[in-house]
Amino acid sequence: MTSGRSYLTRRSRGYPPLLAAIHDPPRRLYLRGEGSVAMLSGPAAAVVGTRSCSPYGAQVARRLGRELAAAGVTVVSGLARGVDAEAHRGALEAGGPTVAVLGCGIDRDYPRAHAALARRVGELGLLVSEYEPGVEPAPWRFPARNRIIAGLAGATVIVEARAKSGALITADFALEDGREVFAVPGEITSALSRGTNELLRLGAAPLLEPNDVLAALGLEEAPARRAALLSDRASRLRELLADRSASVDELTERSGLAADAVAAALVELELSGEAICAEGVYRAQSANWR
Amino acid sequence: MLTYALVGLEPRRVEVEAHLQKGVPSFAIVGLADRACQEAKERVRSGIVSAELEWPLRRITVNLAPADLRKEGSGFDLTIALAILAASHQIPPDSLRAHAAVGELALDGRVRPVGGALVVAEGARRAGIEFVLCAAESAREVGLAGVDAVPLRHLVEAVDYMRGDWLPEPASLVANGLLRLASCPDLAEVKGQRRGRRALEIAAAGRHNLLLAGPPGTGKTMLARRLPGILPALAEEEALEVTRIHSVVGLLPREHPLIAAPPFRAPHHSSSMPAIVGGGSGPSPGEASLAHRGVLLLDEFPEFQRPVLEALRQPLEDGVVSVARANGRAVFPARFQLVATMNLCPCGGKGDAAGCSCSAVRLARFREKLSRALIDRFDLVVAMPRPRAAELDGSGEEPSALVRERVQAARVRLETKPPRMSAEARSLLTDAVERMSLSGRGRARVARVARTIAALAGAEEIGREHLAEALSYRIPPELTT
Repeated sequence: MTSGRSYLTRRSRGYPPLLAAIHDPPRRLYLRGEGSVAMLSGPAAAVVGTRSCSPYGAQVARRLGRELAAAGVTVVSGLARGVDAEAHRGALEAGGPTVAVLGCGIDRDYPRAHAALARRVGELGLLVSEYEPGVEPAPWRFPARNRIIAGLAGATVIVEARAKSGALITADFALEDGREVFAVPGEITSALSRGTNELLRLGAAPLLEPNDVLAALGLEEAPARRAALLSDRASRLRELLADRSASVDELTERSGLAADAVAAALVELELSGEAICAEGVYRAQSANWR
Repeated sequence: MLTYALVGLEPRRVEVEAHLQKGVPSFAIVGLADRACQEAKERVRSGIVSAELEWPLRRITVNLAPADLRKEGSGFDLTIALAILAASHQIPPDSLRAHAAVGELALDGRVRPVGGALVVAEGARRAGIEFVLCAAESAREVGLAGVDAVPLRHLVEAVDYMRGDWLPEPASLVANGLLRLASCPDLAEVKGQRRGRRALEIAAAGRHNLLLAGPPGTGKTMLARRLPGILPALAEEEALEVTRIHSVVGLLPREHPLIAAPPFRAPHHSSSMPAIVGGGSGPSPGEASLAHRGVLLLDEFPEFQRPVLEALRQPLEDGVVSVARANGRAVFPARFQLVATMNLCPCGGKGDAAGCSCSAVRLARFREKLSRALIDRFDLVVAMPRPRAAELDGSGEEPSALVRERVQAARVRLETKPPRMSAEARSLLTDAVERMSLSGRGRARVARVARTIAALAGAEEIGREHLAEALSYRIPPELTT
């Protein structure tokens, strides 16, 4: 237990071996939170990406965080807005371990809006930093922080990244350290997926389901979920959604059902993981992501 | 001579006394009269002279008692004039008993209506006074209080009446029970928007607060403006309560002063705090109180000043606004139904094919403004993405009157025997709390909406279906994180 605050030096017993193996490991690692130091040395995956993510990116990050944490993998990220925050939230939802690596002192809540999130990460996991408490956030500290994120993790997943994104720096560090790098494929027309799709072209492994990460870490894959029993109406809507995403009004129009029945059936699909909703538009989930 | 001053929405008895003494002719009003009230001197003098009555060339002192209560406005003119006329024996002093008066005087002696006449009349009724002299235009309003209005067009009429020379025609009180504002637009004009219409109906039936979120031009405001049209008429007691508030700010229509339909208020987002929640030196009611028992529409919700939005939390919780000022404290009823519209992001591009161009920081600031505590007050949240062209030419839709009947029936059911939660609905709710990360408040909200949905369906119990539909109106995570 590291209740409250403490730090590890490279000679400490708990200093994570994966991190010690990188090119320039931090001399000291300051810790804050109730989580066990052991989670730094156990199987860990980094989930990072752009701060201004799309609903798609947010959902993938959250889901990934949840599934990985549920499988006992420590979810490492940077507590930034967007993908990072969603990955932490997903892990917290599964009650699982998560580590936030900060580019400032561990007593600074940056960004301020994530103070509450930082507190929750501290309750179940750890906040770590190579900087002494009190150090202010500065732009040039974030790339250095990224090397720790990549260093702690056996595999790094880039969920969404623009052509020049900090997340790509994390990917570079992971490659240099010889770790597995996954990129989440995105629409080729979306600027937010430019960076990740570029990584795929360069040879990164495409992430198609959470199990890909578990396999890369040498863990047992999570068992496939049973398909849920759906009502007739819900299966009908699922078929309609399989063609293309649609709003409730469109589904009402196309199914010929009443608006209240459509709403109820869509919630059924959401609860069984068959569909997700963002900004009023529902889309079907492929079997890997249910 | 009696009249009443307003403190907030409450009448306070004010006795107007006039005293004439020998001495250099002069005219003074004492008793904490404000500017408009001091100017009564000029109006009363001109009025009396224009009515070809005699202006007593004496030293005139008018006292407004109690002397420590601040008196505002021009509503005391008529009372002051009558007190002076009685003191100079131009009308029999005894005749003033059993009468109260309210009204402003024009320089030519005509009697003009003032705001708050209804409240003055109610004060008179409580004191056991039967007759209230007022402007002809205010007569119907005064009549609502259950006293006999004496409608006056001119000061001369007041004098004739007091002398027993003239009796007003009995005021014909129009029974205007179901009078609806013709200007309320009808739902039949809205094409498509099935989900929005459904949400509107649920909101109306359960008096739920409703938030419509989506890119500009998707019909959010159009829908919101049609909510009053599907609300049932006010009960008599409620109607009087609403009318009283509108009377104080002088917003009553003359012909049909009783407000029987739920009021609809849509203040602009640049409105100040006193304009919305009430206040001013008076203090007087704001938009939140004018929307009492009706609908308050906040269009472009996040554009309102943060303090204004925060100030709305009290009325949303308690149904009242309490305003304290240095010279007065007032509690205004404000049990309104809140309907708000907003874009999904500052540039309005989210949810649109064009996409959003907001920076992460700007987006985060936008969402922070919708503080959790405030957004938690919305029982129903509907995301309205831009419709594809095919939906726009949907067939003719139901008119408001039909929807209103269903709403009325559901309200009766909710009041007499509200549907209870069935076991399977309860298990679905528990399931959803876990999987959709609903807060405790969110859970209660979903249960409430589900009850309304069941009542609309005429069901005895809240079924799985009803609860599932209610879940679809929960606050979507993208609005808060």
